[in-house]
Amino acid sequence: MSSSRSDKKNTNKKNSDTSALGDVPAQADRTGSSAASDPLRPSDHIDYVENGSGEINQPKLGFVGWARWGWRQLTSMRVALVLLLALAIAAIPGSIFPQRSADPNGVLKYKAENPDLFPVLDNLSLFDVYSSPWFSAIYLLLFISLIGCIIPRIKHHAKALRAQPPRTPARLARLDDHVARTWVPDGGTNADADADADADADAAASRAAGVAEKQLKALGYRVARYDRGRTRSVSAERGYWRETGNLVFHIALVGVLITVAIGGGYAYTGQKVVVEGASFVNTLIDYNSMNRGRFVADDSFDPYALTLDSFDITYEDFGQPGAGQAGNFAANLSVREPDGSTREGTVKVNHPLVIGGDKIYLLGNGYAPTITVRNAEGVKVLSQPVEFLPQDSSMTSMGVIKIPDGLSEQVGMLGFLYPTAVKLESGAFASAHGALQLPLLTLDVYEGDLGIDDGTPRSVYQLDTNDLTKLTGRTTDLKSIQLQPGETADLPNNMGTITFEDASPAGAADTLQSVKRYVSLQIHHDDSALWVLVFALLALTGLGLALFVPRRRMWVKATASADGVHLEYAGLARGDDPTLAAAVDDLARGHERLLDGTTPRRDIPAKGA
Amino acid sequence: MPDLDSISILTLWTAIAIYAGSFIAYAFDLARRSAVSAEAKVLVGVGAGGGADAVELGSDAGSASGAVGSDGAPMKKQRFVLARIGTSLAVLGWLFHLTATVTRGVAAGRVPWANLYEFAMIGTLLIMLVYLVMLTRLDLQYLGSFISGLVLVLLGAAAANFYVDVTPLVDPLKSVWLVIHVFVASLSTALFALAFALSVMQLMQSRRERRIAEGMAKTGPGFLRTLPGTVRLENMAYHFTVVGFIFWTFTLIAGSIWAQDAWGRYWGFDVKETWTFIIWVLYAGYIHARATRGWRGNPSAWLSITGFAAVIFNFAIVNVFFKGLHAYSGLS
Ligand code: HEM
Repeated sequence: MSSSRSDKKNTNKKNSDTSALGDVPAQADRTGSSAASDPLRPSDHIDYVENGSGEINQPKLGFVGWARWGWRQLTSMRVALVLLLALAIAAIPGSIFPQRSADPNGVLKYKAENPDLFPVLDNLSLFDVYSSPWFSAIYLLLFISLIGCIIPRIKHHAKALRAQPPRTPARLARLDDHVARTWVPDGGTNADADADADADADAAASRAAGVAEKQLKALGYRVARYDRGRTRSVSAERGYWRETGNLVFHIALVGVLITVAIGGGYAYTGQKVVVEGASFVNTLIDYNSMNRGRFVADDSFDPYALTLDSFDITYEDFGQPGAGQAGNFAANLSVREPDGSTREGTVKVNHPLVIGGDKIYLLGNGYAPTITVRNAEGVKVLSQPVEFLPQDSSMTSMGVIKIPDGLSEQVGMLGFLYPTAVKLESGAFASAHGALQLPLLTLDVYEGDLGIDDGTPRSVYQLDTNDLTKLTGRTTDLKSIQLQPGETADLPNNMGTITFEDASPAGAADTLQSVKRYVSLQIHHDDSALWVLVFALLALTGLGLALFVPRRRMWVKATASADGVHLEYAGLARGDDPTLAAAVDDLARGHERLLDGTTPRRDIPAKGA
Repeated sequence: MPDLDSISILTLWTAIAIYAGSFIAYAFDLARRSAVSAEAKVLVGVGAGGGADAVELGSDAGSASGAVGSDGAPMKKQRFVLARIGTSLAVLGWLFHLTATVTRGVAAGRVPWANLYEFAMIGTLLIMLVYLVMLTRLDLQYLGSFISGLVLVLLGAAAANFYVDVTPLVDPLKSVWLVIHVFVASLSTALFALAFALSVMQLMQSRRERRIAEGMAKTGPGFLRTLPGTVRLENMAYHFTVVGFIFWTFTLIAGSIWAQDAWGRYWGFDVKETWTFIIWVLYAGYIHARATRGWRGNPSAWLSITGFAAVIFNFAIVNVFFKGLHAYSGLS
């Protein structure tokens, strides 16, 4: 079987071709959408053709007219596009300036370094970009636009899903992808008996159309028969999933935004530092810091308890690449559930521990040397592990000891812990490794007013030395206190003594466990995260459908005539569809095979048919 | 035991050298296309015997050999010998590049994409791979100098400036998401790169088409005559972009899942997250632009170019100069 296919390719084929269709109703002809099954598009969409009602030409004056006009603007493709680009641009400053939400210390540092510029930038919300009025305005407008855009489309599409494929165009040959053949059924035509021949040809045309109908149905098309005179035709449409996918995608974006917005109100994130051997109870007062949504009540915390039994860490060996690099952090916890049952649990990076609706994360770790301070009479005024903050990758750590009561004066101490102490040429100490191979604690002692009596909140990790007198270390007469685990030193001015307790288990052969470790845990609760994920995955699925499901119409027309059945096959893409031509060819070939492999008697040129 | 990482470095530099050769061949190919298409108006085909002399082209670009057909004859039928040399070299370079990447992975005992040097290695490997795979289905050799040039610059810069020894992974990177998230991100980068190259060609072609329409004598670089028209270029760019966009969407989601596990929240506007989002929004804008009256054509091509500029910025500038949680460049 040979055939001819029209081969005119123009760039704007969808519009030009649909309007060229012959027997579609006048109205549809002008819109270029020959059926209600075409997706609805904003008026400045590339596939949109004015629908002739003149609606968009002149806004009616008056409030309603202007409001309608404004709404139409807001829900247009152009505005959506401009808002998208504005969103992208507005997000940039947040990556340039430190943000309070992500990097609060960076903001403080910026303020210290740029005292004049800071207030100006802060007034522009440049340190809270993503909650700033201007950023919020952009995304809220975008989502209003989005909702306004998709609601009519959802309505329209719901109808389209039930609509019949459009009437077969009169002149299929005008379509780009068109194949024409002539089929002579078995027995041929009988030139002597015209009436019989006509009846035979009509029956054959009906058969051909019936076969095509079944064939297209099997290919997943929705089909309708349009017969008129001696012409039998099948109109078929597929790819409704394309528009469904597009709508699912856009709706899912709204879903993400709403779940994030609502979910934030019910979420909380708290931090707690726990030293080996110590416990944490999940109540508001036991947190070091807490960030909660507005709907999280004071008593809405599950009262489970955690005890840090031990903390694991490994170091890369000397002589290996990355020597000394620490890793495989694991906090081994005992969990007491609210119902009293207990279990073991481990928190690792990338592996949070789940307790009820909470997830426990390992944020950081460090050393907490156990310090005992006695006064001149030998009475303990302090005896506890003090958390030191790591300053570098070898765990040189800094900590503050404050003793407001019990000594003759208020005393503050600024200490450095060197897990593997080495003396530099300058005389200063440094740490050569993160493990406790040669631990050394150095302390400088200050006395005076610690500033905690007036109620001002003070960080336990900072010592404000402005109102204090330095008693040891550089610029004083006394040397800094230096202690190894188990050692005790006198405090200046005969105030008492300080001991760096050795926390090693009994009989330990080395110093590797002489200082307790602590972990900084983050407890996070956010029930909406799962829903955000569900919507995100829906969006991804919708996107896949919207971009890859081809939406197309196919027509098969069988016209009975004196010399056989004239068959035409044509396809029309709705949207990008690079495989349409092949699909029309396949359809024609498949149809031919189904028609008992009967060969056509002669070719009909497609052009001008 | 042979030092695998040294082998990796050696093969990588070999790949870079071969890519340089590929770039040169492709560049001469474009030059020759210009010359050939300029002559094509005048010359009647003299037979295409030009394999040998085409190699040392440049000087004899004006000679008739290889010029077939008169004006308007489909240039596709021509065998662009230099382009094929460029492609052969690209394949060869890619094999060395692959070897370098695999040996690096074996030396490290993990996937070879865990620091900036390795990101560059895998990213350019995929750019080249996608290009070469697409070549089997589409004639895209006119993008060759563009692609091999881009790969050459990125890979050369990474090998020269970003190299780090193999070191064990830091804890947050010990995750299956390293395998998935980073790989898919690199793959979408590769698709965006191709779309970018096509969009640039589209803009040049559009300028030429406009000048022809205006009857101007000078219509720009002659090789454009051997390229498809703007509509075809734009459609190809669009198709690469939408596939890249889906992968990028997945990257964004996978990254959030990983961030939830590693950092205790799925989204925090960390610098890298922010830029991933910006890129996503830019490409969503591009897809919209293509469907918006007055925005199809040149404006949307500019958006595609802006999108890819953001991708490169995210890779080269954000990784190196911005501070944030994603501090995995391995540079100190
Ligand atoms: C949050 C903002 C938005 C994003 C991220 C977004 C993203 C996308 C993406 C990725 C596509 C391509 C997938 C597809 O064809 O289904 C798309 C298509 C589309 N979007 Fe949006 N969109 C947004 C808002 C809007 C708004 C406000 C409108 C209405 C004015 C709109 C109307 C459309 C239309 C009509 C299409 C189909 C385009 C076509 O025919 O090819 N979108 N959008």
